[in-house]
Amino acid sequence: MKNFFVTRWGIIGVGAFIGVAAALLQYWGNPGNMGICVACFERDIAGALGLHRAGVVQYMRPEIIGFVLGSLAAALIFKEFRPRGGSAPVVRFLLGVFAMIGALVFLGCPWRAMLRLAGGDGNAILGIIGLIAGVWIGTRFLKNGYSLGRTHKFAVATGWVLPGIFVFFFLLMLIFPQSEGTAKSGVLFYSSKGPGAMHASIFISLLVGLVIGFIAQRSRFCTMGAFRDLILFKQVHLFSGVVALILLAGVANLILGQFHPGFQNQPVAHTLHVWNALGMVLAGLAFALAGGCPGRQLFLSGEGDGDAAVFVIGMIVGAAFSHNFGLASSPKGLGPYGIAAVVIGLAVCLLIGFTMKPQTARR
Amino acid sequence: MATTVDARGLSCPQPVLMTLDEIKHTGDKELVVLVDTEASKENVGRAVETQGWQVLEIKEDGETYQIEIQKG
Repeated sequence: MKNFFVTRWGIIGVGAFIGVAAALLQYWGNPGNMGICVACFERDIAGALGLHRAGVVQYMRPEIIGFVLGSLAAALIFKEFRPRGGSAPVVRFLLGVFAMIGALVFLGCPWRAMLRLAGGDGNAILGIIGLIAGVWIGTRFLKNGYSLGRTHKFAVATGWVLPGIFVFFFLLMLIFPQSEGTAKSGVLFYSSKGPGAMHASIFISLLVGLVIGFIAQRSRFCTMGAFRDLILFKQVHLFSGVVALILLAGVANLILGQFHPGFQNQPVAHTLHVWNALGMVLAGLAFALAGGCPGRQLFLSGEGDGDAAVFVIGMIVGAAFSHNFGLASSPKGLGPYGIAAVVIGLAVCLLIGFTMKPQTARR
Repeated sequence: MATTVDARGLSCPQPVLMTLDEIKHTGDKELVVLVDTEASKENVGRAVETQGWQVLEIKEDGETYQIEIQKG
């Protein structure tokens, strides 16, 4: 059976859908230029669980849950659910931590960088330049034989662990719903102000997440792979999906009155150009070394990829580090230890790039 | 027996890099590439076509895809 989603028009369609859906989610209540941001939403999930206590970014984002479960559904239906793992999981955990730290210095993952651009936020240009630079460094390592080694087939139950955790999180949301004006409902933390308090309704968020998870699994949509394949192979396949995302999100924003061009006073953004770029150099390098953008890591987790699941958990822990240790930026500027974190992160990622060349990766 | 590139268990772009590397250095007109995910299978097929090679046949053996490619 031919999979339409892996054709040129398939990937363009998926990018276009994500772009329009993100603009609509923002229209329906999600934060500015943050219809979907994988890093920000995982950070909000860390807050909802009380792993960090930044009061303005605490919400169990159903979009993320939908991403994993939608991908799981697609993988089961099309017989691509293959529990696997064992490719340097602890290194992937570390890459996840630093990917998140870098993304929160910029204030957004690659998905949000595209959506910020589509909303008119000029600061996103610096972030995207940084992202491309980070991915470029990653491709140099790949060309020189960098590899985290082979995965192995795991027991079926292994593949259900991360999807199971996210189902449990969704049940927690239903058992302990948000109540007006209180910061905690049962075991879950909620924001009463700030980005964490801005969200579309639970079921719309979940539904959009499920659809995107499903079609992204089928199409292998990846915002890091888009630039990586362009740099490594001059291949525009995934890139065309990203371009469609930006264009359609931009058109949808214009129609919905959400397009505000400029650098100043952009929603959940700062104007420190160097750190917007360097934060994303770190994130881009970490994503490239781990083989996928934060969205793709969620979709792979849905397929049963335990290594991607470890990366996701690394990102959630990285968000907790970012807010607990003052590494994350805010619209006011950098966190007190943001610069140190980026420098350490780049050093660690470069070290990983230079040293990870397992013999088993070659024949 | 054609040269075999065993990229099982590796995630993209490594199967593609290994295949293109072999295409560059081989004197053979036929290669066999082993991968074990749908995404790698699609990516290898897409990449070799840009090099003037074509996919002859894809055999499924359990969870392994055996991709036979030929210089066009």
